[in-house]
Amino acid sequence: MLRKIRIVLACLFFAAITLMFLDFTGTLHTYLGWMAKVQFLPAVLALNVGVVVVLVLLTLLVGRVYCSVICPMGVMQDCFGWLGGKVKKNRFHYAKNHWILRVVVLVVFVLLMVFGLGGIAILIAPYSAYGRIATNLFQPVYMWLNNLCAFFAERAGSYAFYSVDVWVKSGLLLLIAVVTFVVIGFLSFRWGRLWCNTICPVGTVLGFLSKFSLLKPRIDQSKCIGCKKCEKNCKSMCIDIDTHKVDYSRCVACMDCIDNCPVKAIRLTTGKAQPAPAPADQKVDSSRRKFVVTTAAVGGAMLLQAQETKVDGGLAVLEDKQLPERQIPLKPFGAVSLKHFANHCTACQLCVSACPQQVLRPSKSLTTLMQPEMQFDRGFCSPDCTRCSEVCPAGAIKKIDTAQKSAISIGHAVTVPQNCLLAQGETCNACSRHCPAAAISIVSDPSTGHSRVAVNESLCIGCGACEHYCPVRPFSAIYVEGREVHTAV
Amino acid sequence: MDRRKFLKTLGAGALATTALAAGCDNPNQTQAEGFALGEVPTDKMTYRTGTHGEKVSLLGFGFMRLPTVDPDDRQSDLDQEAINQLTDYAIAHGLNLFDTSPRYCQARSETSLGIALSRHKREDFLISTKLSNQSYDIWTREGSIKMFEESFEKLQVDYIDFYMLHCIGLPARDNEGNEIDPMKAFYGRFIDNGILDFLIEQRAKGRIRNLGFSYHGDVKVFDEALAMHDKVHWDHVLIQHNYINWQHAGALAEKRGTGDANSEYLYGELAKRDIPVFVMEPLLGGQLATLPKFAADELKQREPEQSLASWAFRFAGQQPRILTVLSGMTYMEHLQDNLRTMSPHKPLTDEELAMLRDIAVRYAGISLIPCTNCQYCMPCPYGLDIPTIFAHYNKMVNEGNVITDDLAEDAPAEERRAYRKARRAFLVGYNRAVVPERQADRCIGCGKCLPECPQQIDIPGKMLMIEEKSK
Repeated sequence: MLRKIRIVLACLFFAAITLMFLDFTGTLHTYLGWMAKVQFLPAVLALNVGVVVVLVLLTLLVGRVYCSVICPMGVMQDCFGWLGGKVKKNRFHYAKNHWILRVVVLVVFVLLMVFGLGGIAILIAPYSAYGRIATNLFQPVYMWLNNLCAFFAERAGSYAFYSVDVWVKSGLLLLIAVVTFVVIGFLSFRWGRLWCNTICPVGTVLGFLSKFSLLKPRIDQSKCIGCKKCEKNCKSMCIDIDTHKVDYSRCVACMDCIDNCPVKAIRLTTGKAQPAPAPADQKVDSSRRKFVVTTAAVGGAMLLQAQETKVDGGLAVLEDKQLPERQIPLKPFGAVSLKHFANHCTACQLCVSACPQQVLRPSKSLTTLMQPEMQFDRGFCSPDCTRCSEVCPAGAIKKIDTAQKSAISIGHAVTVPQNCLLAQGETCNACSRHCPAAAISIVSDPSTGHSRVAVNESLCIGCGACEHYCPVRPFSAIYVEGREVHTAV
Repeated sequence: MDRRKFLKTLGAGALATTALAAGCDNPNQTQAEGFALGEVPTDKMTYRTGTHGEKVSLLGFGFMRLPTVDPDDRQSDLDQEAINQLTDYAIAHGLNLFDTSPRYCQARSETSLGIALSRHKREDFLISTKLSNQSYDIWTREGSIKMFEESFEKLQVDYIDFYMLHCIGLPARDNEGNEIDPMKAFYGRFIDNGILDFLIEQRAKGRIRNLGFSYHGDVKVFDEALAMHDKVHWDHVLIQHNYINWQHAGALAEKRGTGDANSEYLYGELAKRDIPVFVMEPLLGGQLATLPKFAADELKQREPEQSLASWAFRFAGQQPRILTVLSGMTYMEHLQDNLRTMSPHKPLTDEELAMLRDIAVRYAGISLIPCTNCQYCMPCPYGLDIPTIFAHYNKMVNEGNVITDDLAEDAPAEERRAYRKARRAFLVGYNRAVVPERQADRCIGCGKCLPECPQQIDIPGKMLMIEEKSK
């Protein structure tokens, strides 16, 4: 029974978190945003004391249910583990704990975070690693599926679906996501929760706590018949029936052993009183609602192509915009400063997948690897959108409203007069017309006899509308340079 | 629920959704034209008589919007096979006038028409083409004569039945980009270089049988040309004429400069001098075939079997001095529908005329953009897809999806729903029609399109307006 409850809850959590990453319309974030905020590492980084305390108490009460239910990486591994079990039954056996390895990894992880090399450390952070997989591997499939619906909707004269661009935001990140997916998938297929119990820093911390938790699956030696069904099916490989001991630092409270035991010798108890065994339900293992459905639906859509954009014959060729080399990268409104952002961001990609303007994308620089930065070739940071600040679970992008957003400057526009159309005597007002802060004016330039663009840096907020709308290609004649510390306007 | 059942349900759900989407047509959708079925008569075409006794079919075939191999790519090769087929069908059903210009279809139209007609006897068709020397480089006598001679080669004929000075009344631009006013452009293109005299000579020699002009824009130039009638003896004149242009040419939308004069005035002036009239844009660039709902309902109420376009053709052929009504027919269905309407032409009754007059008044009150998709403005140097943007906007106006005012704070729920629905249709449809990099907000107001537009639409101004509506 407990196992079934665990599976149902895990499915719900996993589906909801995955949907949150998949959804590009922004409607689900309002309802599901909390699911990212209850993740352990983001909560720690956000100094979200409430969530951390609740998670710690939960673990002290019933063990690592966090790892079995809330953590999407854990649930994903259970999916692979379940597939592995289909191939080979009763494949596990007790293995000894690698305490030294676990502690060393944890210490290195913390040190890297503290010394500003979080970009590397977060490669093994469970929630954000899953986020990278969901955004890079699952979201494109979801979008293609959506585009297929849009294709039919268009032909049916319906406006219910609209087509979206599917593009690789960073090849490196895609590679990292694929590697993570394959490695962790393989590990869990073969050895269950091995990764959680050797590498995962959250697993190590919670594992330490769960040694002291109140309720644990305990073996009633008087009832145990030594069939080892529990041990052979323990994905954490932490039950040793020979000694009748369980290594609770590795137990993820999946309750499989409790439901598996043919003689009900394992029960979730405080270990103090031993009440008489109550008659329990007979059948085991009847409900198997897994995610094959999702995977199957998703796989079918892979085969379908994205709709090509219709291009009219008499159209001028538009060269792709090239990104300027910014001396200081642009971080979203609410990021406070480069330092604050780097220290809090887990690079889970939730903001990247949520950004409706396609402004946010993972950085390629080593120290802030995979953390989002802003580029304006596909859109600009619209003043009436605060979606990234709403979804960020780690407090890297602080929650702001549109009024606060309009009072923050994340950068300032810089002009490149020699590229500007005005310098060639053409008429153009694209940058000044689109500037939401009215920071750009067109002034006359007596030295050339033409007019030129002037930026009032005290008004500029760095939204990138000017850079985005500048008709000069491939390099815009005006672009945004970031600020180390975001300032008030 | 087991997995198989789950999958089944999922599949059924998906099917149901698709079916639902397919079934949910927008009740406000543009009324697309329908076609009366049945045989197209081959021997009932109405003919009118030209200045020199030519028997001209009341329906003329305009070679401006020809089918391309890839229908979605106007740049792709012209579909000569389809063009031949259309031409053969038209001639077989009594149509005998074909109109082209060296400029049409990226300068491929004359050649294509030449190929199509070379397969017919010369006496079975009449050819109309133009001196399209709009670009400043070929205002010279040599440049213009070269263009004139090339038409003979491309069309594979030794005489041309109807030859016109193309598009008088529009401003032009010199090589420095300075605007030249319409009257100066008229003199520069045709009078000062002696081209008009040259063409009068050519007419005398019989290389061209009829000499005329086509007009758009400043009516002063039209009047000036007609004032030369005693000397030139215009044989025909091409004007934009339809039941909107008749009395509401100016009200179509605010225009740059003067815009076309009402065709009632233009026709009156020509009829006074007994000059036969060619009609262009009988459908206003297709707009009178996809009317707003109120107009479509009224016309369908009266003649459920007749297409919306048929009303416009009947109107265009109504006046006695109309020699032919030119229509660019890309598809066989259009050709068949128009052939039916003109075989024979049934004049409108006074009551029907009054109804069209009422529709015109109401139509003129809706601010549609009078773009006829002639593509003269293209390509826009900054990549905008001007005609498609305008077509989307007009479609949204017709469907009632263009929102004029912001939603009030305390608007009732029903109003909110309607507002959201219209916004969604406008924006989703916009992105479907035009990729974001080619939308109205990319206009920088350079104005290079302005002298190109025969409808004299204030293109940058309209782009700003559409940008506002799509924010």
